Amino acid sequence: MLNRRHLGAAVCAAALIGFAGSASADQWYIPLISKGFQHQFWQAVKLGAEQEAKKLDVKITFEGPETEAMVDKQIDMLSADLAKHPNAIGFAALDSKAAIPLLKKAQDEKIPVIAFDSGVDSDIPLTTCATDNLAAAGEAADKLAALIGDSGEVAVVVHDQTSRTGIDRRDGFVKRIKDKHPNIKIVDIQYGGGDHLKSAEIAKAIIAAHPDLKGIFGANEGSAEGVLIGVKEAKKKLVVIGYDSGQDQIDAIKSGEEAGAITQNPIGIGACVVASAVKALKGEKLPKTVDTGFYYYDKTNVDDPKVAAVLYK
Amino acid sequence: MAQTETAALGSGARAFGMRSRFFGASARQKLLAFTSLIILIVYFSFASPAFLLIDNVIGILQSTAVDGVLAIACTFVIITSGIDLSVGCLMTFCAVMTGVFLTYWQLPLWTGIFAALGTGTLSGMISGTLIAKLKIPPFIATLGMMLLNKGLSLVVSADKPIYFTDTEAFSLISQGSLIGYIVPAVPIPNGVLILFTLAFVASLVLNRTALGRYTFALGSNEEAVRLSGVNVDAWKITIYGLGGAICGVAGLLIASRLNSAQPALGQGYELEAIAAVVIGGTSLSGGAGTILGTIIGAFIMSVLTNGLRILSVAQEWQIVVTGLIIILAVYADILRRRKA
Repeated sequence: MLNRRHLGAAVCAAALIGFAGSASADQWYIPLISKGFQHQFWQAVKLGAEQEAKKLDVKITFEGPETEAMVDKQIDMLSADLAKHPNAIGFAALDSKAAIPLLKKAQDEKIPVIAFDSGVDSDIPLTTCATDNLAAAGEAADKLAALIGDSGEVAVVVHDQTSRTGIDRRDGFVKRIKDKHPNIKIVDIQYGGGDHLKSAEIAKAIIAAHPDLKGIFGANEGSAEGVLIGVKEAKKKLVVIGYDSGQDQIDAIKSGEEAGAITQNPIGIGACVVASAVKALKGEKLPKTVDTGFYYYDKTNVDDPKVAAVLYK
Repeated sequence: MAQTETAALGSGARAFGMRSRFFGASARQKLLAFTSLIILIVYFSFASPAFLLIDNVIGILQSTAVDGVLAIACTFVIITSGIDLSVGCLMTFCAVMTGVFLTYWQLPLWTGIFAALGTGTLSGMISGTLIAKLKIPPFIATLGMMLLNKGLSLVVSADKPIYFTDTEAFSLISQGSLIGYIVPAVPIPNGVLILFTLAFVASLVLNRTALGRYTFALGSNEEAVRLSGVNVDAWKITIYGLGGAICGVAGLLIASRLNSAQPALGQGYELEAIAAVVIGGTSLSGGAGTILGTIIGAFIMSVLTNGLRILSVAQEWQIVVTGLIIILAVYADILRRRKA
């Protein structure tokens, strides 16, 4: 009786697997292991990869752990994908050192590894498709400075203090302010885990503590959207500069609540991984890094086709 | 309430009687879980030739090591009809403390091992004290301890991973292979060996010692145990302390596997551990459960995750299937209870 039920579960799983479909044998198979899959940003990377895969007639899969803290789960994913003996692998390391033994294994089996989003501290990846986050956050600092008259107090809300992007965006912003905008003071840097609600609470607390605050930089989608909520709830007028896109941010920029944001090119990152992997498989030489670029967008250019193409909702 | 009174009129021995009745049923659940595990393995091996390859099997074993150890820690606590939500973050804090000893202070390897086990025991005993002495419900007490450990990990590590690059032998705890040294064809990592050894020892403790007997008795009828003159508070603190020490082992395993203590990691692992325990037939209402069941539960989770991944099932669906399996397992448990 109970066994039949369990069998039912297995059949159910089988149906799902059938659903997932299978690839023809002669197609190249390239699994991409990202840092996550739920955020719109990763979905955009996935979309870019899928489009490129269709164009080049290769099969891809796209996976990432539930949170960017789950370093060991990501290693398990890499290990499972290697067991499938893929033709190449795309990998966005959460902690590059932790992944080195498995990447070495890939190298031994002559499976080309393409890094994306953040680099791996090793020469195993043939190339890295990523945004120059330091430069992009520096640009955010310049824009914020210009909008507040190059003096006054600002604060930063970052998604986390351990990931490469968190560190680079924070440091890129802080360094540019220090180097180029000596009259601006960064009064606080807080971390909200990229969570809207937490980031909103943080923004409100900062605003309460610093009544003269002129602007806030939110270092990723969740942080920026959280900051917007916080500013709205605190009933203040502040210059908010965000990062990445998403429906809320795009709407806020159009309505003027948010001054502008830096966008990476997630679709370009995804496409770059697949294209680079295929090039590697064809024996072509690859550059050490591919800068997939970034744009600053605000009310004036949010509908510009060049920008609109890389924004995700 | 009436039940408590009748049982209280009897004695501790009565609680033990109840336990043995549940034990038979729990063996049945174990069999059910084991059958499900076999079905999953057979199914995945037919569905993909890559599934049973030695590399992948080792991958599955290795991914079970940490979750399995955490699940063992939870088993003890859940049998007392308590819960421990702090296990994941405590594991991380133990790993961070090992990092402090080995990397920050450059102390010898064994001190790092003691740091992890000591931190775990201490934190577990604090949880136990909060629950036993201050009467804070286990759910809330360990939720607090979870956040406390999570925060402390970030504070102590200054938000950065601590790498064990100076202590080369440290990575051998999890990544080395004693078995592979003897039989090169099956390089099963030490982490897996530690999981099974720990499971064996935990099983002995649970079934052959006073600690184990009181673990079951507390879960069956705490009031009866108290009335029979047993120092319930002391045993509770000991059991939570033991759970904490086992989290220390998990901390060593994960730190050794990643060759670093990752301070942001840990949250979410407690739920996977609890799921493994429940799938393995341990009742959330306490008084029944086995370590073997928990290990099987942990393997069901990891085989399922790995198998679906090997078959390239979309990740969204992997989560759906995992959720279904947990619901099915618990429903089977309820059916079994109704019959018993």
